[in-house]
Amino acid sequence: MSTVPVTDQTFQSTVLESELPVLVDFWAPWCGPCLQVAPVLEELSEAYAGRIVIAKLNSDENPQVTAAYGITSIPTLNIFRGGELVKQVVGARPKPFLVSEIESALE
Amino acid sequence: MTDDIRDLVIIGSGPAGYTAAIYAARAGLAPVVVAGSVTAGGALMNTTEVENYPGFIDGIMGPELMESMRKQAERFGAQILSDDAVELALEGPVKTVVTGGGERFEARAVVLAMGSAYRELGLPDEKRLSGHGVSWCATCDGFFFRGQDVVVVGGGDSAVEEATFLTRFAESVTIVHRRDELRASKIMADRAMADPKIRFAWNSEVVAIHGTDKVSGLTLRDTVTGEERELAATGVFVAIGHVPRSELLVGQVDLDPEGYVLAGGPGERGTATSVSGVFASGDLVDRVYRQAITAAGTGCAAALDAQHYLADLVGAAEPPAPTALPDKIEERL
Repeated sequence: MSTVPVTDQTFQSTVLESELPVLVDFWAPWCGPCLQVAPVLEELSEAYAGRIVIAKLNSDENPQVTAAYGITSIPTLNIFRGGELVKQVVGARPKPFLVSEIESALE
Repeated sequence: MTDDIRDLVIIGSGPAGYTAAIYAARAGLAPVVVAGSVTAGGALMNTTEVENYPGFIDGIMGPELMESMRKQAERFGAQILSDDAVELALEGPVKTVVTGGGERFEARAVVLAMGSAYRELGLPDEKRLSGHGVSWCATCDGFFFRGQDVVVVGGGDSAVEEATFLTRFAESVTIVHRRDELRASKIMADRAMADPKIRFAWNSEVVAIHGTDKVSGLTLRDTVTGEERELAATGVFVAIGHVPRSELLVGQVDLDPEGYVLAGGPGERGTATSVSGVFASGDLVDRVYRQAITAAGTGCAAALDAQHYLADLVGAAEPPAPTALPDKIEERL
């Protein structure tokens, strides 16, 4: 499956109450590195379908969740399991690095 | 199998890499560009308006300029790959480039254009607070510091550009610079000096960044008197220059002590490295100018040098076997 959009309104149900782990990509349209990492996240959402959900939260339009997690740099990738934040990756990192971070979060 | 050996692989996709690709593709070299999985487009992807790239009267957005260069290269048949080079073997007549995705390319010539990465302050708390107030990208993160007091460390064009950009959001921007005057170009320095939101901490270096979960301030040391003082800030934007991204090249081509690729030795063409058939361009070789247009210029030169090298290889090769001749004649009829 492809990435799913998430908002301040849907964050609780889509992320915190998700059966599967969820990686949330905090991004914004003006952020070059966010756009650079976006295709990698699309690929990962296909490769990890059924194992982890990859969600995208537009920080510009969804200030509440963004502030709640203290996001001050984008892209930031937060991985949640059972409603808990278990891992954070700051900045656009190469695909093999993201794969190893996801793998370790799924263990 | 010689069929699998291509003429040219270009590593990197800033103005140098894409310009090399445009020239090489137009020369019929069918280059593969290993553009980077998350760095495609290079440093200009993190900028806003580029005002000094010739040809754009009203300026152009950095990402838009890079997208145009990419499309221009593709138009002439360059194959652009969203992957990273992770392993190189550059010695000998056939060079090998292996990507993070496991693809392996063999080529007679390679153009290196990996550019540069941000230089870090090297402070213990810098990494820990990265993403929690410490940032390397004002255009990405300035928005999160609305109404706050932030610091930009550095005194060059990037630092001053970032400081000016940050005034859109921040309450105040303090430029912390080791000297008593800016290195930035006059037009940008004048703009910053005239900006009521921008303050200056001259002759100051950052010796510590404070904060438990997020940045709360920093300690500055006066570079003249040695005196230390505290400065409250919730954001620290580091813009103290760049370091060449030459990690993969250690032991492969000659580098200077700071890691820049040495190119254009005596009697050599301008972009030739210490290894025959390997050419270097852009910020990877340039410790002086570091502009989009100079990177594009050396990217062009690297493609022309590679083309020249490849033409010499063909010239030096044995003439085609007689059995190949009839086909050629038929083609010409």
